[in-house]
Amino acid sequence: MTTGRTLLKVNNITKRFGGLVAVDNVSFDVKEHEVLGLIGPNGSGKTTIMNLISGAFKVSSGTISMQSRRLSSLPAHQISRAGVARTFQLVRILPSLTIIENVMAGSGFGHRRQWGREACHQAEALLERLGLGAQMHDPAASLTYIDQKRLELARALAGEPRVLLLDEWLAGLNPTELQIGIDLVSQLRKEGRTIILVEHVMDAIRSLCDRCVVMNSGEKIAEGTPAQVLSDKEVIHAYLGDD
Amino acid sequence: MDILVSGFLLAGTYALIAMGLNLQYGVARIMNLANGEMIVLGALAAFWAFTSYQISPLLTLFLAAPLSFIGNWLIYKFLLRPLVKRAKNQGQLEVDSILATFGISFALVGIMVSIHGEYFTYSFLANPIEVLGSTVAENRLVAFFIALAIGLVLYLWLNHTRAGTSVRAVAVNADSARLVGINVDKVSALTFALGGAIATVGGVLISTFITLDASIGVIFTMKALIIVIMGGVGDIRGAIIAALILGIVETGVATLVDPGLTLVAAYFIFLLVLLFRPQGLFGRRST
Amino acid sequence: MSEMKWGWPVIGAALFLLSAFIPLIADGYWMSIAVTIAMYTALATSWALFSGPTHYISLASGAFFGIGGYLVATAMSDYDLSFWLMLVVAPLVSALVAALIGFATLRLSGVYFVIFTLGLAEMIRNLVSWVQNNFLGSRGLYVLTDFTEAHIYWMLLVVCLVIFVFGWWLSRSRLGFALKIIGNDEEVAKHVGINTALAKVLVFTTTGFFGALVGVIIAPRYSYIEPNQVFSPELSFMVVIMALLGGAHRLWGPLVGVIPFALVWETITIAFPNSTTFFLGLAFLFIVYFIPHGFAGLIEKHWLRLRS
Repeated sequence: MTTGRTLLKVNNITKRFGGLVAVDNVSFDVKEHEVLGLIGPNGSGKTTIMNLISGAFKVSSGTISMQSRRLSSLPAHQISRAGVARTFQLVRILPSLTIIENVMAGSGFGHRRQWGREACHQAEALLERLGLGAQMHDPAASLTYIDQKRLELARALAGEPRVLLLDEWLAGLNPTELQIGIDLVSQLRKEGRTIILVEHVMDAIRSLCDRCVVMNSGEKIAEGTPAQVLSDKEVIHAYLGDD
Repeated sequence: MDILVSGFLLAGTYALIAMGLNLQYGVARIMNLANGEMIVLGALAAFWAFTSYQISPLLTLFLAAPLSFIGNWLIYKFLLRPLVKRAKNQGQLEVDSILATFGISFALVGIMVSIHGEYFTYSFLANPIEVLGSTVAENRLVAFFIALAIGLVLYLWLNHTRAGTSVRAVAVNADSARLVGINVDKVSALTFALGGAIATVGGVLISTFITLDASIGVIFTMKALIIVIMGGVGDIRGAIIAALILGIVETGVATLVDPGLTLVAAYFIFLLVLLFRPQGLFGRRST
Repeated sequence: MSEMKWGWPVIGAALFLLSAFIPLIADGYWMSIAVTIAMYTALATSWALFSGPTHYISLASGAFFGIGGYLVATAMSDYDLSFWLMLVVAPLVSALVAALIGFATLRLSGVYFVIFTLGLAEMIRNLVSWVQNNFLGSRGLYVLTDFTEAHIYWMLLVVCLVIFVFGWWLSRSRLGFALKIIGNDEEVAKHVGINTALAKVLVFTTTGFFGALVGVIIAPRYSYIEPNQVFSPELSFMVVIMALLGGAHRLWGPLVGVIPFALVWETITIAFPNSTTFFLGLAFLFIVYFIPHGFAGLIEKHWLRLRS
């Protein structure tokens, strides 16, 4: 995959919750058309970084910027409008709305706004593509877990974001579903989308990521291609402990 | 100085009531808008026992508290527990419990009005006494020390007993508490009942120095809520300071400006809290 | 659904025209009930536009209504201003108050908002009484007009129409959609680019506007206005209960709650004049435990069952 210029710049960010330092002075860049994996053991600060980028939390210090625009001082809705879309670690659909309305929620207010007929067509196309086309006027609450995850992805894509954040989007899927999920993300990658994904599934990391940033106890301990970082001594140590 | 002393004494009872409400919201997760009616029930019991049988409010306390405990336990068990069960999330539980406790509150006001529709006027220990160079009524002083004693016992119980620890565990995280073998339903029900009993005790105490009537409960609910929010949910130290601020500001406004403006003063404080410290006096901004 | 696109507006327009003829056939007693129903329809429907989708329970109706009634009375008694001028000014003042309350509380969780609005009418009443007693002199305020009940009714009917048209527009607008998303999950709403605080404040402001508008129109009915009477906390609860009884998630929901409740309430207040508070409590409990989605929810459930 050819990657372009730097799109998102994470510069020395730190996040403290009271006395706990969840993210400690972390920096990395995300280039255009790149899939960046954010990996590390549980509690190492990956999801916190996602929350900092999307504006769910405010950074304690450091900056996050998209090209020349500083994101880290903006509220979440403005970050979304600037072109950052996300899925949530624990899937969050809008249960009282229909499936298609869920998708239109992603395009009505976000980065590339659409409303009315245009938004409707786009949502239909997205749902067809993600395999939810048949039931689009049903209530979203009726969907199975994997379909809820698909719906969340459709919602994130509807705003045509410049950066897509997938927070453990593949977690909790069975092996068949997992393969479908990996194929989906790999299609997005081929389209040249810029994606940051937090993931535990090693197969997914190997096949999807151009580059990985490895976190441990809030600090960045390695960065490189999946093959490089997964053979790195410190990374193995972080995952498996001593011995 | 008079204002400071009276305000300080009033704050004792306020802090106690807020502590009860804090338990109900923090542990049982019920936003109890019928809290004020429990206060008024206590006041009504004290008034009735005193005027009909010349029973001292200090004795009524021992009768009213267990009765209120049982009553509130039944309310939780039969009215609120079903709501906790059916709620899909905290938001829905909040809406449901607010509406249900409104219903309970109105029903209680209706019943109390039919029992005694006038002011609960009686005179108990209304002798002047000198404290720190200013004159206050004896009843205020007695109420303050009882509130203080109960609050202290409660604090020690919460922090230094096994039962108290399980209550605090449920407050922090009900799901984890369940995992370590705490019966969350039981703890929630008992805590709710305890909170109600505390409100009733507060009502008995307040009635010795403030004249209440059947429909005034909502004002006390407001004040208790303001204290809880100002102090930070679950923060006992914060609640005490908040009660002090509210007690003194209220007494100050009532003495210096107009007694009709105490609620306005409470609102003014509330507004400042919402604008500048919505997380409570000592709370940290979580997000 | 699409073939029904114009069905509801047509039915609505027909009902509106029909109800406009009520004053021609109703006697004094039924006319006063009709005014009460029109008043609560306006208040409850406008309440539901905000509280329905967001689930933020507003208890501010009594305060807004009071602002309307009190301002028109003060302006007409003390400053010789016209009723029609106040019909415009009072709602704007009230909308401004709503916006301020919104900015203070709607950035935070729903509980703060409920608590703030809970004592609001009472607080404004205390404040107004104090100002009146100390600075303006405690004279009575009169709203003397030559309106009959029928005039008041027709004005309220027009307000209802405006609210329904506004609600219909809102339900198809981006703002209305944003509100629904907020009601589902506020965190998601922020992350799809919605300025949630602004959206909530905007719609809450309209509730303030319409509340005062109704307050101004009703004032001539009482002609003598006292702060204690117009700033009524009970009114706030009546509005909530009627809207929930009908179902706050549909534009027509509050209407099907207001009509039966107003009739039943009329009977109750005559039969048990001293126990109204008690019955109000029972009504709340009944709704929460037995019909959480209101009549509209029941109707929809049976409608779905019939179709399948």
